[in-house]
Amino acid sequence: MVKHTINEELCKGCGLCVRACPKKILRISKGKLNSKGYHPAEMMDIDSCIACAACARTCPDVAIHIEKE
Amino acid sequence: MALTLMKGSEAIAEAAIRAGCRYFFGYPITPQTEIPEYMSARMPEIGGCFLQAESEVSAINMVYGAAGTGERVLTSSSSPGVSLKQEGISYIACSRLPCVIINVMRGGPGLGSIQASQGDYLQATKGGGHGDYKLIVLAPASVQESVDMMKLAFELGEKYLNPVMIVADGMICQMMEPVVLPEMVDFKVDYEAKPWAANGKHPSADHKRAIINSLYITVEELDGINETLQKGYREIEKNETRYEAYNMEGAEIIVTAFGTVARICKSAIDDLKAKGINVGLLRPITLYPFPYEAIHDAAVAPGVKAVLDVELNAGQMLEDVKLAINGDQKVEFYGRYGSHMPTSEEIYEKLLSMREGF
Amino acid sequence: MAVVFEKTKMLTDAVFHYCPGCNHGIAHRLVAESIEGLGLTDNVIGVAPVGCAVFAYNYFNCDMYEAAHGRAPAVATGIKRVHPDTCVFTYQGDGDLASIGGNEIIHAAHRGENITVFFINNAIYGMTGGQMAPTTLIGQRTTTSPAGRSESWSGSPLKVSEMLAQIPSAYYIERVALNTTPNIIKAKKAIQKGLRYQMEGRGFSMIEILSTCPTNWGMSPVDALKWLEENMIPYYPLGVYKDKGAE
Repeated sequence: MVKHTINEELCKGCGLCVRACPKKILRISKGKLNSKGYHPAEMMDIDSCIACAACARTCPDVAIHIEKE
Repeated sequence: MALTLMKGSEAIAEAAIRAGCRYFFGYPITPQTEIPEYMSARMPEIGGCFLQAESEVSAINMVYGAAGTGERVLTSSSSPGVSLKQEGISYIACSRLPCVIINVMRGGPGLGSIQASQGDYLQATKGGGHGDYKLIVLAPASVQESVDMMKLAFELGEKYLNPVMIVADGMICQMMEPVVLPEMVDFKVDYEAKPWAANGKHPSADHKRAIINSLYITVEELDGINETLQKGYREIEKNETRYEAYNMEGAEIIVTAFGTVARICKSAIDDLKAKGINVGLLRPITLYPFPYEAIHDAAVAPGVKAVLDVELNAGQMLEDVKLAINGDQKVEFYGRYGSHMPTSEEIYEKLLSMREGF
Repeated sequence: MAVVFEKTKMLTDAVFHYCPGCNHGIAHRLVAESIEGLGLTDNVIGVAPVGCAVFAYNYFNCDMYEAAHGRAPAVATGIKRVHPDTCVFTYQGDGDLASIGGNEIIHAAHRGENITVFFINNAIYGMTGGQMAPTTLIGQRTTTSPAGRSESWSGSPLKVSEMLAQIPSAYYIERVALNTTPNIIKAKKAIQKGLRYQMEGRGFSMIEILSTCPTNWGMSPVDALKWLEENMIPYYPLGVYKDKGAE
């Protein structure tokens, strides 16, 4: 079981995590806007997440936190 | 007390070491190269650090790095090299770090000459780097005075968290005079007294991390640091003005001069006194803070008919002398461009000719 | 629950001001994680540059200096000579290190100064709005090379890692990039090695980190990574240019 958190206020919607994710389960949200006017990234399918942390490793804003059982 | 005959450069370097300086970063340039040379041999002897930097720019930045750790740090150079240091000096002043910079003035502008001059007075006292800062500027007139000034320079820097410049000239560094060297100071950085010093420790509840910085990008922040600096300068002006008054009693003319030129003036003054003519000398020892009040008071004392400012430049301290006197007395100037040391005879003749007009 | 990825305590809580997708954020994090991973959090001093990373002193959670443009290696030298057993690093961009700071970096390497330099090469001057850097590629348009960099007018881009590797007392020079997960992992290993070598007293290390500048390149962050892969990596090959420790 993986707990994958994206801090939506820190996220700048750059899309690097979307590109890096090997399972292609991240996307830039369309509806959400944070207080800085960015569309933050969001997890689409947590059950497919393998906690490889490729997203967290490429996130320039240290917005991703991952835990695993 | 033992007298040693020493070359000015070497005496100054030894005095810095005895004042607790263990870090010297410098570069060869005539007429002060003997200072880094002396340091290169002496620092390793006492476990200090001498580094010949790749340029005067690098040297002042090494000083900035070392000064931020709270140590007593020194660099020396001569006029063209001091021009290179101006950026670094402005950073050090805004970062509120103590350090000592020696300028052994030589002829300028440009590459100039290698002999003594006083052509960097304005650079030292009115800049020469950017922004609203001041250097504490000390001007020795003898090798002994330079030696005695070293400990004072480091202490003033630490008291006010400001860089200190000693403006010597080629003559002081190249001549040999008997000196009494001070005792060795056992200096260690006191981190309690210097909470701003960087030592690499991780920040904790009772210890903030050190940020050695001069970037204050918002209006409020820049206002803040400038207020702090200005407050410091008012304190310095109130407490640290130093000058020498010589033969002022019954003087008809007051000579203003600093450094070795003041010594030459003294010879002329002594020769005139032997003829029954009284001329006084007011010699600023701190060029900043400048003894405005003392000069004004001397200029308007009863019996004084004129002031003669004598310098080895085109008239730099002259501006401060005029500011001090504020139109209350006649001010004349006798100057020689850099390298061209005036003789006491020239000054003697000039003073005599001034009296003809009285 | 076991933590797989969390923020290192070597970064403060200050929010990065960098543009979306700017590689500075990744580089800062890798340097900070490496310092923590090597157990250096209580014995480290960093020197920030003039450039987009001018506020690095807000982000690294340790004693920090702000240096004048290009002078960080000289400042680091002053610090390291006072505290030879403390980890001292500089973090510099391509204008800072390869233009105005050319002399300082050469001589820090020349002296074998026992510091670690992190050199962010994004082929442009970011902070001041996208001017040509010594590392700007031929034909690359910038605000001071609007027709594209011309070799005859401005010379060919400077290969800093190759150049510094020639200096006899340079100990470890490696060029890395942050465009893929494997490259990020390799970059962190290089960063760790540069810091570890310093603590082992081996001498001068520099890690050149090819990075993007989406805003001044005029591209999206993801397109900027592609541009880096297609244009920068061929000209600035990744790899170890010097490693006396491996000889």
